[in-house]
Amino acid sequence: MNNLTKGFFKENPVLVLLLGMCPSLATTTSVTNAIGMGLSATAVLICSNVVISLLRKLIPSKVRIAAYIVIIATFVTIVEMLLKAFLPDLAESLGVFIPLIVVNCIILARAEAFASKNNVFQSFLDGAGMGLGFTIALCIIATFREVLGAGTWMGFQVMPASYEPALLFILPAGGFLSLGIILGVINLIKGGRKNG
Amino acid sequence: MGNSILTGLLSILLSGILTNNFIFSRFMGICPFLGVSKKTSTAVGMGMAVTFVMTLAGTVTYLVYRYLLVPFQLEYMKTIIFIFIIAALVQFVEMALQKLLPSLYTALGIYLPLITTNCAVLGAVLLVTDTYKYETLIEAVVFNFSAALGFTLAIVLLAGVRERLETAPIPKFLKGFPIVLISAALISMAFVGLSF
Repeated sequence: MNNLTKGFFKENPVLVLLLGMCPSLATTTSVTNAIGMGLSATAVLICSNVVISLLRKLIPSKVRIAAYIVIIATFVTIVEMLLKAFLPDLAESLGVFIPLIVVNCIILARAEAFASKNNVFQSFLDGAGMGLGFTIALCIIATFREVLGAGTWMGFQVMPASYEPALLFILPAGGFLSLGIILGVINLIKGGRKNG
Repeated sequence: MGNSILTGLLSILLSGILTNNFIFSRFMGICPFLGVSKKTSTAVGMGMAVTFVMTLAGTVTYLVYRYLLVPFQLEYMKTIIFIFIIAALVQFVEMALQKLLPSLYTALGIYLPLITTNCAVLGAVLLVTDTYKYETLIEAVVFNFSAALGFTLAIVLLAGVRERLETAPIPKFLKGFPIVLISAALISMAFVGLSF
């Protein structure tokens, strides 16, 4: 059970381990995009973790990274084709970041650190937990940016009509700023706990 | 005629370095951008290594895509093929440098393997084939080269700021990554100014 839940907060891949920064900045301009990206990466992560765990005794250690990349790239291609076929709008707005899941460090890191050493069921749980943790982190950042930058949440108006959207938060600069502030707040909470 | 081609190439070059900077407006290559920007000297090394590999990868992937994948209608395989080409190129460059230019190899050594998972490399070659659909090889190569120069500029700028931050009085909870991200946000704002 611990393998599933550790990815949510304690070892959250984005907010604690600081992996997978590119998609967590680029696709968090709206909560809808963040969920789409998070779930696509989760699907790839679960599949690649399971397959790599199944093959862990067969893959020679010298070529393991190349083998992992091929396995991951295969699942990314499948996800990309499925999204294009069934959710073309989402595929359009995520654009090049769907194929870029291949080089998302979270997936390769879990393959190397977990799936290559543990059994299939544990790897499945680890992939699901880390993937959902990634999705949670993206949603937090996206909520921050979408509410401040557009006054909406998943497309619904949440701020009063008189609110002037701070366009900065939708711009790339706002991505860096939001993540910086969120990490700062997490540090503040952690520091408070240690002292108290 | 020749003049218009030249201006076209120049505009690709300038847009890649300044207005469409890979780090600050496309969010690609954030992991090395945050990871290896502690010192200016290492940032320059990483930038050089990335420039070398990206220009090479841009050339090879363009040729493979144009003359192998398109004629055989294998475009859907591009993610897998491209990441494989990049991984192989990085390996090859590493071996070649070790043999031919040992001094450069020791300077760049540790950064080379990291480039495979730098999403700017895969991102740039995918943008060439998906979004921009450049007609000629030279445009594709210039695009990749300018993207790499933009990456180098960004990482060297951030490294300069971080060296100063070492001695600056920073609120405790912002120490480390939060303040780096906030600095990046400020640099990014300056780059946004260039595109208006």
